[in-house]
Amino acid sequence: MTYIAIVLTFIFINNFILVQFLGLCPFIGVSKNSENAIGMGASVTFVTTVASVVTWAIYYYLLVPFNLQYLQTLSFILVIASLVQLLEMVIQKISPPLYKALGIFLPLITTNCAVLGIALINITSGYNVMEAFTAGLAAGLGFTLAIVLMSNIRERLDLQPVRRSFAGMPIAFVSAGLMALAFMAFDKSLITNLHLV
Amino acid sequence: MKQNHMKELTKGFFEQNPVFVIALGLCPVLGVSSQVSNAIGMTAGVFFVLLFSNIIISLLRNVIPGSIHIPAYIVVIASLVTVTEMVMHAFVPAVYNALGVFLPLIVVNCIILGRAEAFASKNSTFDSALDAIGMSIGFGLALTLIAVIRELFGSGTITLFPIGGFSGVIPIPWFYDNPVRVLSLAPGAFLVMGFLKAFFAWKSSRKKVK
Repeated sequence: MTYIAIVLTFIFINNFILVQFLGLCPFIGVSKNSENAIGMGASVTFVTTVASVVTWAIYYYLLVPFNLQYLQTLSFILVIASLVQLLEMVIQKISPPLYKALGIFLPLITTNCAVLGIALINITSGYNVMEAFTAGLAAGLGFTLAIVLMSNIRERLDLQPVRRSFAGMPIAFVSAGLMALAFMAFDKSLITNLHLV
Repeated sequence: MKQNHMKELTKGFFEQNPVFVIALGLCPVLGVSSQVSNAIGMTAGVFFVLLFSNIIISLLRNVIPGSIHIPAYIVVIASLVTVTEMVMHAFVPAVYNALGVFLPLIVVNCIILGRAEAFASKNSTFDSALDAIGMSIGFGLALTLIAVIRELFGSGTITLFPIGGFSGVIPIPWFYDNPVRVLSLAPGAFLVMGFLKAFFAWKSSRKKVK
C-alpha cells in the first residue's frame, strides 16, 4: 500500500471512531465543547504517532529476536503508559504553552483504546516503520476529525429542544450514528478507483 | 451480612450496569456486537479477566504501594489478558479471529481497571469476586442485548456456536427476508446504543415520578 492509501484508509475508510469503534470514551466524554475536542485530538494524534514508532521498534528489535511475541500486549501497554508520562514531562519542560493546552488530556490517553489499537494494528498489518508512522499519524488525524465534528454537533444540540430522555449521551450516540452513516460513503473502492494499490 | 454479599453480586446487573449506567468500556460493546456469538465470546473474556484481576488485586491490596498502584494493576490485567488470548487462540480460533483487536484491548477496558480501583483495592477477596461476577453478568447482558437487536434486525439471524452438524446460525423467518442492513454495520451500533440509552433514561425517569 502506498502512503496516500494508508492515510485515506485511516482517516476516512476505517476511521478509528466511526468505523472501528476505538477511542469511544474520550469521543463521548470530551466532546462537549470544541476547544477541548481539539486539545484531545491533538494529544491523541501526537501519542499515536510516537507510540506507533516506539512499539514497532520494541516488537521487531526486542520481542521478535527473543521469540517473545506473545508478550506484545503486556509490553505495549507498559511502553505506552511510560511514554505518556515521559511525553508529559518533556512537553512541560520544552513548551509550557503546549503543556497548558494538552496537559489535562495526556494522563487520560494511557487507557485510550485508540493508542494500543494502532500499535497492535501496525503489527498485524505487517507495516514497516515508515508505514507504521504514517498509520499512527493518520489514525490520530481521523480521531481528531471525528471528535471535532462531534463537538460542533453537540454545541449546536445544546441550543436545541431535545426530549428529556434523549438529552446528553443518547442524542450524542444517535448523532454519531448519523455521522458514521455519512462516512460509509468512503469504502475500499475509493482506493482502487484512485489507482493507489 | 448475607444480604450484603447478595447486593455486591446483583448491583452490577441493573442498578450499576457497567455499560448503560456507568457507561464504561464502550469500545468493545459497539465493536463486537454485530453477532451474538462474538458478544458471548467477549463476555467470556471479560468475565475471566475481571474475576481474576479482582481476586488478585484484592489479595495484594495491602502489599502494593499506593504510589505505583495503577502500573501494578495494569501488569496484572495485561498478564491475564495474554492468558485469555492464548487460550482462545488455541481452543476457539473462530471467536479469536472475529474479536480481532478487541481481545487484547480488554487491557484498556475501563470496566476492569475501574473495578480494580473502585472496588477490589478496598474490599475483601470474597466480595471482590462477587463484584466481578455481577459486573461481568451486567456487561454480558448489555452486550448480548445489543448484539441480539443488531443481528436480528440487521441480518435476520442469531449466530451461536457450531456444535456437530448444527452450523450455529439460526435464521429467524420474517426478519431473514426483510433485513435492515444498516443495523449490522457500523452506524447501527451507534444508533442502537443511543436509542437503548434513551429508553433506559425514559424508564428511570418514569420510576422517579411514581
